Amino acid sequence: MMHYVHKKIESISFGLFSPKQVVDGASAKIVTPELYDREGYPVDGGLMDLRLGVIDPGLRCKTCGQKLKECPGHFGYIELARPVVHIKFVRQVMDLLRSSCKSCGRVLFADAGMAKVISALNKLGEDEGNEARRRKIKEMITKGKGKDICPHCNGKQDPIKLEKPYNYYEAEIRLTPIEIRARLEKIPSEDLELFGYKIDSFRPEWLILTVLQIPPVTMRPSITLESGERSEDDLTHKLGDIVRINQRLFENINAGAPEVIIEDLWDLLQYHVTTFFDNEVPQLPPARHRGGQTLKTLAARISSKEGRIRHNLAGKRTDFSARTVISPDPMIELNEVGIPQSMAMTLTIPERVTEWNIDYLKTYVQNGSKKYPGANYVIKADGRRKSVSEDTKEEILTELVPGYVVERHLINGDISLFNRQPSLHRMSMMCHRVKVLPGRTFRLNPAVCNPYNADFDGDEMNLHIPQTEEARSEARVLMLVDTQIISPRYGLSVVGCIQDAITGNYILTKELVLSHEEAVDLLFACGVDDLSRLPHKDKIDGKEVFSMVLPADFGYVGKDKSGAEVKIVNGILKTGVMDKANLGQESGLMLRNIYEIYGADFTARMLGIISKLGIAVLTRRGFSIGLSDMDLSAESIGEIQDLLDKSEAEAMKLLDQFNAGKLEALPGRTVRETLEVRILEVLNRARNKTGDLAMKQVKDSSAIVMVRCGSRGSSLNIAQMTAVVGQQALRGRRIDTGYRGRTLPYFKKQDLSPMARGFVRNNFKSGLNPSEFFFGAMTGRDALMDTALRTPKSGYLYRRLSNAMQDLKVEYDGSVRDASGKVVQYSYGEDGLDVARTKNGVLDVKRIILQVAGEVKE
Amino acid sequence: MRKEHEEFVDSFEGQLPPSIIAEIKDTCPASVTKEQLKEIVELTLGLYKHCRVNAGECVGLVSAESIGEPGTQMTLNTFHFAGVSEMNVTTGLPRIIEIFDAQKEIKTPMMEIYMKPSHNDLEKVKKFAIKIKEVVFGDFGAEYVLNIFEQSMTIKLNKALLSERGLSSKDLAAAVKVKSKGFNMEVGNDFLTFVHKGKPEEIRQLYDLREKMRPVKIDGLKGITQVLPVKRGDEYIILTLGTNLEAIFEYPEVDISRTMSNDIHEVYNVLGIEAARQAVINEVFKVIESQGLNIDIRHIMLVSDIMCITGAVKGITRYGVVSEKASVLARASFETPIKHLISAALESETDRLTSVVENVMINQPVPLGTGLPGLITKLK
Repeated sequence: MMHYVHKKIESISFGLFSPKQVVDGASAKIVTPELYDREGYPVDGGLMDLRLGVIDPGLRCKTCGQKLKECPGHFGYIELARPVVHIKFVRQVMDLLRSSCKSCGRVLFADAGMAKVISALNKLGEDEGNEARRRKIKEMITKGKGKDICPHCNGKQDPIKLEKPYNYYEAEIRLTPIEIRARLEKIPSEDLELFGYKIDSFRPEWLILTVLQIPPVTMRPSITLESGERSEDDLTHKLGDIVRINQRLFENINAGAPEVIIEDLWDLLQYHVTTFFDNEVPQLPPARHRGGQTLKTLAARISSKEGRIRHNLAGKRTDFSARTVISPDPMIELNEVGIPQSMAMTLTIPERVTEWNIDYLKTYVQNGSKKYPGANYVIKADGRRKSVSEDTKEEILTELVPGYVVERHLINGDISLFNRQPSLHRMSMMCHRVKVLPGRTFRLNPAVCNPYNADFDGDEMNLHIPQTEEARSEARVLMLVDTQIISPRYGLSVVGCIQDAITGNYILTKELVLSHEEAVDLLFACGVDDLSRLPHKDKIDGKEVFSMVLPADFGYVGKDKSGAEVKIVNGILKTGVMDKANLGQESGLMLRNIYEIYGADFTARMLGIISKLGIAVLTRRGFSIGLSDMDLSAESIGEIQDLLDKSEAEAMKLLDQFNAGKLEALPGRTVRETLEVRILEVLNRARNKTGDLAMKQVKDSSAIVMVRCGSRGSSLNIAQMTAVVGQQALRGRRIDTGYRGRTLPYFKKQDLSPMARGFVRNNFKSGLNPSEFFFGAMTGRDALMDTALRTPKSGYLYRRLSNAMQDLKVEYDGSVRDASGKVVQYSYGEDGLDVARTKNGVLDVKRIILQVAGEVKE
Repeated sequence: MRKEHEEFVDSFEGQLPPSIIAEIKDTCPASVTKEQLKEIVELTLGLYKHCRVNAGECVGLVSAESIGEPGTQMTLNTFHFAGVSEMNVTTGLPRIIEIFDAQKEIKTPMMEIYMKPSHNDLEKVKKFAIKIKEVVFGDFGAEYVLNIFEQSMTIKLNKALLSERGLSSKDLAAAVKVKSKGFNMEVGNDFLTFVHKGKPEEIRQLYDLREKMRPVKIDGLKGITQVLPVKRGDEYIILTLGTNLEAIFEYPEVDISRTMSNDIHEVYNVLGIEAARQAVINEVFKVIESQGLNIDIRHIMLVSDIMCITGAVKGITRYGVVSEKASVLARASFETPIKHLISAALESETDRLTSVVENVMINQPVPLGTGLPGLITKLK
């Protein structure tokens, strides 16, 4: 066995490199802007020097002797002919210049009290964090601005101005970086603590660059185009500019060129070094490619969503993952995921060969990689990988001994993680067991659509296969669908029966009476095989059939959707029907009780059975809706039309009153607003009334059944289809004038009648007239816009929340603390309860009292 | 419940949270026996222990998810408040963002003023409401008459408003005295006349004067631009647009213990940090309730706690809560990474890698949940 030694990084320190450290740490000094010689071989002392690491296959690194992918790359350096200011330290240099003496270099702060201020600052840093200390220091610097006499040597100070981005002026005379550096050198280390710098690892003159570190080539690899031409990285281009100008500056200085030329070159060098660090400095034109495209230099590489930190460091890519379209399969278990066989043959699980499983693993190797279930690779004890093919199969079979690892195909029951973006809560990534199925899509039980917020209109989902035992067991214990049924957001179930499953159970428990054979057939179809509790009668009631899936000792009293009582005694449904209130997601109170008493896996299994039962009922009975479901009798149509006529007349009467100036204003409103309110009121009342009429009239059509049991649709939907669509509202008002004085050119100007302001009198069955349709489109568009604007806003809020709170955790003492150990709450949520284990946020004490004492005081 | 029974339940204080002890006391039927009560408490204790959070649970992230996930379901619209058209209420997502950002200027500052029982009839409440509404000089001007020849301006006053407020023209004159420097003022019974001192110059100066005087506060409380007495339950309360908690607390007829502002910073300044924490919870909960969402109060409490932990209200922004983090990399991974890296380098900061993102960055287990415990073992 191999013993792995895991090293753990304890901490990361940040600091500045001194020029000496840069030179000492460098493996090459770069002196020439040339990259390659005529043979295309990297030039010594050039930017692609082999001592900086290798990016070409076949070459070896001259520093460490390793090949491509092994060599991490090495830094180099160039010596700048003249020092330049580091663009990112401009502020700090400014502060230092301003608050230090021109002649003696001391900080313009009397010795007395210095120690006290420093210790006060350090205390502030400890108590309230670095940010507070930084603020305080800034405050002190601005306060000391006006001083013009040094308290140490009485030297007079001149005002220093910064002309952005990087030019300093003292009393209108420009300070060169050389002078600035000389100034900074004079500041004694002891005084630096006042600025919050650590004495032992910081010198102010390091803020002015005299040598420039060259990043390794592995950090800026060149790519070879199809034409065989090399295309260099943006950083290499920028470094080339720097080296070129630097060389020219050297030559000019040595040749004794006039000061003007040297100054110009110096400025140019400063520009190039600046844009090397940051190409988005506000006052500078960004450096560009020949094509006019801006170069992406160091700062741009790190920041933003596509930058190093958020793209590569905080977010990782992974192997052993898959993505495809999802489709429903109500017959697989809640915690299973159907996987296409082709995927199962590509994704593998490494299994270590032991003397107990060697025969079993050999069968996989025997099958090879082309036949399911087979194996794709074996890993030898020395870590070498061997692919399993028809040719190597026999050889591998003979040499397979304990210690080898076989990467076998996925089989039923393997652990996988299943995920759908956007991953907004922890139920967006749950553990499912693999079930290999024919086809090309992932199959999932429709009951788990809700936590993923998935539907089947083309959604794709991702699958990951954990590769170690630890990962697998963690996934199974902590992330399995069963364990995620209760939402930590509000302590109720997020998984429940949906759609047909609810309808089926509703019909079953409400009206069905089955023969004994039918009942047995039904129960068997959904996986109930213990039929001992089924009554021996010829006619079996639907409730009795449903009771078979309940545990024999289960007791429950609750309400159904309409408020009628549901009573289960000893696992028998005595009264009531099963509908959304008891089976559905986000309510599912009966399920919630079963979860509490019988546990997660039982609930998941039972939910699967109940779903299948509902669907089985519908497949045997038949269930469908059609246009005729929306039919109303002639008299009720007349009634509805009458009602609408009356309401419209009422609205017109209000309008007449308004026009005659007789309408009384409601308190706090103008007459015009009052009119709007009153009309809206009349019209909404009309719609609600007709809706009630329609609901009464459409007796027991399939559509009504679905509304009643809560599986789909609402009474509003029914009313809109059969009776009247009603008033279209934009931002809580009737539709306002879009053209001059009217909603559409079809109407007269200043027409305030219901028709002209978005009242849709027709229903969806009879069809809308063009203007009504257009009003409907207006509200539809408004809703779309609202969603489009909301998504990024709420996404950003979520990102900020999760970033601010991600390291809060419950400690062993029950307190909530952040990463540095600061107490946020002494007891989580004031009572230490886990929301996911409560019932809608509270402990069910009532149930216990009821159970023990037999009654509860309300 | 009998006294000895209550004492028995109370003896579990420390083991059970107060809210659960209270619930047992409230819901136990009077007929319960000592043995039954003992069983009830023991079962409850067992259930409570079972339902406690696990050590290492990343409650922060769960809270963030619980609030962030339903964010997409909230509306963007503001709603008109019943009664007064200019009284909007910011609700939904914009309000949530406003609270979590701890914005200094909120879009619709409002107060709910409760009255003491002795002042709780409609007439008194109405009168009080009118009294606190801010009126400015401009509100009193019914008519402005300019006399170009004399370079004078006469402002005819709104007498009804004056008498409603119990003010006279002299009071107005006194209020604008400072602003009308350089003008002679003639105070009539229902008018004010301003004449330029010295030689008349441009007519514009009179206009300027008018504009200068318009916002001068005459009466009422500063900032309260609208008042609306409404009935809530059995009593009348006053809703206001604009807030001024400090001033409203001065009135003896106001029930200070229940009067509240929706401006978190104002609550903090007037009532302190604990009140601000509760205000954040209440305000967020109000929005969530109005949107018909279901989020457990514990999640909101945790956010509120993290905002108020320093003793001042900090927003969940790069300048607020996130800037307080100890870890360099955690700060850098949020926003403005360059700034954080540079200052870390200058100050020679050390990242102890105690929070989540840093460990993700360097591929180490995060110190949460199963990544928290260490295991020490001797190798054979």
